[in-house]
Amino acid sequence: MARSDAGKLSLILLMTPFLMWIVLLIILPQIGIGYLSFQEKVGPRQYVFGVGNYVEFLSEPIYWNTLLRTAWMSILVTILALMIGFPVAYYIAKIARKRSRAALFLLCLIPLWVSDLVRAFGWIVLLRETGVISGALQSVGLIGGPVELLYNDITVVIGLVYTVVLFMIVPLVSTLEGMDNSLLEAGYNLGGTRFTVFRMIVVPYAMPGIVAGCIIVFMLTAGSYLTPILLGGKNSMWFTEQIYTQFITRYNWESGSTFGVLLLLFTSAVVWLGLRLTGQNLASTVAKE
Amino acid sequence: MKKFGLLSTAAAVLTVAAGAAQAETLRLLTWGSYAPEEVVRLFEEKYPDIDVEVTYSNNEEMIAKLRATRGAGFDLAQPSHDRIFAVQEEYGIYKPLDLSKIDTASMQESLLEGVKANTTIDGEVYAVPHQWGTSGLMADITKAPDLNSWDDLCDPQYAGQTSMRLRRTILLGMAFAAGKDPFAAYNDLDEYQKLMDEVTETLIACKANLKAYWNGGDDLSNLMLSGEAVASETWDSTAYKLYAENPNIVFIPPETGALAWIDTFAIPAKGEADDAAYKWINFVLQPEIVTMMSASTGAIASVKGAIDLLPEDKKAAVQAAFDEDDLNNLKFFANIPAGIEEIEGKALDRIKAASE
Amino acid sequence: MFDLQGDSLTKRFGSFTAVRDVSFEVPSGSFFSILGPSGCGKTTLMRMIAGFEEPTSGDIRIKGTSVVGTPPNKRNVKMVFQHLALFPMMNIGENIAYGLKCRGENKVDIRRKVGEVLDRIGLPGVEEKQVSQLSGGQKQRIAIARCMVLEPDVLLLDEPLGALDLKLREHMKIELKQLQHQFDTTFLYITHDQSEALVMSDNVAVMKSGRFEQIGPPEQLYHAPQTAFVAGFVGDSNRFEGRLSARAGDEARVTLDAGGEMVARLGQEGLSDGAAVSVFVRPEAISAHATRGAAAADMVAVEGTVDSLLFNGANSRLLVKLDDGTQIESSHTTGAGAGARFAPGDRVTLTWAVADGLCFAAEGGA
Repeated sequence: MARSDAGKLSLILLMTPFLMWIVLLIILPQIGIGYLSFQEKVGPRQYVFGVGNYVEFLSEPIYWNTLLRTAWMSILVTILALMIGFPVAYYIAKIARKRSRAALFLLCLIPLWVSDLVRAFGWIVLLRETGVISGALQSVGLIGGPVELLYNDITVVIGLVYTVVLFMIVPLVSTLEGMDNSLLEAGYNLGGTRFTVFRMIVVPYAMPGIVAGCIIVFMLTAGSYLTPILLGGKNSMWFTEQIYTQFITRYNWESGSTFGVLLLLFTSAVVWLGLRLTGQNLASTVAKE
Repeated sequence: MKKFGLLSTAAAVLTVAAGAAQAETLRLLTWGSYAPEEVVRLFEEKYPDIDVEVTYSNNEEMIAKLRATRGAGFDLAQPSHDRIFAVQEEYGIYKPLDLSKIDTASMQESLLEGVKANTTIDGEVYAVPHQWGTSGLMADITKAPDLNSWDDLCDPQYAGQTSMRLRRTILLGMAFAAGKDPFAAYNDLDEYQKLMDEVTETLIACKANLKAYWNGGDDLSNLMLSGEAVASETWDSTAYKLYAENPNIVFIPPETGALAWIDTFAIPAKGEADDAAYKWINFVLQPEIVTMMSASTGAIASVKGAIDLLPEDKKAAVQAAFDEDDLNNLKFFANIPAGIEEIEGKALDRIKAASE
Repeated sequence: MFDLQGDSLTKRFGSFTAVRDVSFEVPSGSFFSILGPSGCGKTTLMRMIAGFEEPTSGDIRIKGTSVVGTPPNKRNVKMVFQHLALFPMMNIGENIAYGLKCRGENKVDIRRKVGEVLDRIGLPGVEEKQVSQLSGGQKQRIAIARCMVLEPDVLLLDEPLGALDLKLREHMKIELKQLQHQFDTTFLYITHDQSEALVMSDNVAVMKSGRFEQIGPPEQLYHAPQTAFVAGFVGDSNRFEGRLSARAGDEARVTLDAGGEMVARLGQEGLSDGAAVSVFVRPEAISAHATRGAAAADMVAVEGTVDSLLFNGANSRLLVKLDDGTQIESSHTTGAGAGARFAPGDRVTLTWAVADGLCFAAEGGA
């Protein structure tokens, strides 16, 4: 009896910080945001409960086009990050020697040591019309005049991929590291070509890591702010920028909250759809057998 | 959540009461460069029992921060004069000023009266002027010698070499350039909407002519100094700074008049160090401090004889930019009534979303 | 006809030589084991046969055709890995079908062949099960079936019993042998466990430091080892170190390092007087007597004190400490009709036939 009481107490003590964190810092603010999104402003300091902000969002193509564009580009970034991250992760986990593995991993982490802002400015210095790459190309004689590499969607995608690819590599490395080399050898031994081994053994084995990496990367990208804005140029639209504008420049917290809720719902829906399409489920990703 | 806020406030009060019975903290919410280290040091020397804690921000974020806490967390804020009336009506984040504690005698009368007129609600004054400056144009005169109107930024001869900040200033500027007075249209939302529709069309058409929209003083400086842009909409202070580095880059008041703003002093509703706040206001109005402040901000103090108190290089830049007519032609930003920001915001969205 | 032949195979990794000039021939349908301690090069040898390593020099022939330079997926040599390497993301049916799919066979055939091979290994109908639902022994059989369904010329087995518990291991030894008969395929089996090699194999190669010390049927290795290493490694042995003092026919007289003399049969040719030698005597060749009798001429007799009794059924042992400190293991029958019983501390005389003691040159340096 006393023992189970002690067990209960230690369970409570262990769970309390976690629950406090979840409730105070995640659930409560979300409820607050959700509540705010249903407040319609009717006059100074006067609000009524209603779905007006959502109607407003749907009736303004600029808003939902921005959301769709953000989602579309985030999916593109996710796919590119996977295509770039997979070989890197495979190299680190399977081909590199044990000793250099930690060093390579650390190398991947280096971009995280500088802030988003500094990284974005780094890209700007490289890519601007009077920047390093344009200058180098000119001095080599490949191009006649200065060329503007900044302020377009391709630059935004490259910048985003660069920022998030690490979050693809980390889960991939940890799943691939768990893969016994003899699985690959068995795959070849039983007659598989490189491609069959990759498709039928490596990819299915790494699937939990792929799914986890894609979810993280997609969410991070859709929620990123600095990179798309600084690299984006005149026509760049990113949904988080809309949220910022609503909250800060327009003082319109109600519609900012609405956008926030919509971004959360929409990205969650994309993730759900992605899981369905690839036949995965969240449980098998999080808790691998 | 509320309870939490209360608790932490209580804790803060206790800490202040117990740990620092003598030392008071002045939490200043202001613009970058509006609290130079030297000035803070001199102030703390004069009032050893006051610690100054500075948070740098801009108009929008200042309001957002104070709104989130209903006016708590800071003891003195510095919003622009046109951003106080509506915000105060809507959110009540400031407290009335006690003008008897402020050295109003040293302030330039017209600016003081202007700000008072703009920020009086129910007979209470909520702000006094600190510094003023203008938004206008700047150009590299060797490359764009004839630029003198807002819509010259859309002139095809500068295609791909001009810039602007996609905020309300350019909307107003373009309206003036089209021969309209947007401030006069403030009271009629329908008319203002029409005006903004017109301006939106102009700016969408202008988009292809631009190099990029700038977001802050740093990227604007880079655009101009690198030569990637030859002309841009600008804050005068940024132009003055560039003038010091490249005398060909000058501030140009548009022919319709530069848009003038006045940054003010306002005390947040739940400020806890009002006396220290008044001390700071009076302190920075002293002539020698004004010079140091202007050197840092590039803006002109709203005290009598302020232009003479400018540091030499800034004085030269101002004199290169403004003549007497320009000064008389300044267009002060008018108070923004409810609904205006909504219209302007939508216009900006449409411009940003439009493809060239 | 040989299914598998190795010809002067050598493999070097940098300055380290893992396999040194190894030649062997495995007849069709036989069970061939390579027995050696860890690090002796047997795994490298097997990986060369499978195609995961290329030999530095020498040739490998399967059914008479050289496979050097042929990639692993093109060799008709299949392998059962040490930890089986069943694919965890596939069910049993898919695991077995994998090789057939790679070969591009049609779905109907694949389904039929998978069913057939599961029948043959005695696990019909487990196609839909997951790998984790099977027991250790069942997984073992699935791993073999996955290879056998492809009808390989040679099946390689890399210590596949190592991960099993003792009881299951004993059982699987017999089962593997039966499977080999059933499929009538050449098995090449690698192990460091001599009992596995001896029980299952038609031929065993004993490997040490990259070389084959001896190839032969298990009985031959056991009863007629050709080197000190084989004599010591295959089966249990008592070992006495000493120097060769005289020879007479195939008998050698050895002066023991611990003192005293011993007569033994010469196990190899070309030993000269004074050479360092080891004498090996199997425990089951030794009998223990309570009383000292007159030793026959062709018998060796030594005296000592019983140290302890190690009971292990038919394999029970008596540990005896000789007066010079040497420890000897002797067989010890404990059945009802058995002879004298001993207790620790008893004085005993141990005897064995001279022909049961084998004298070899001592292992290099040892």
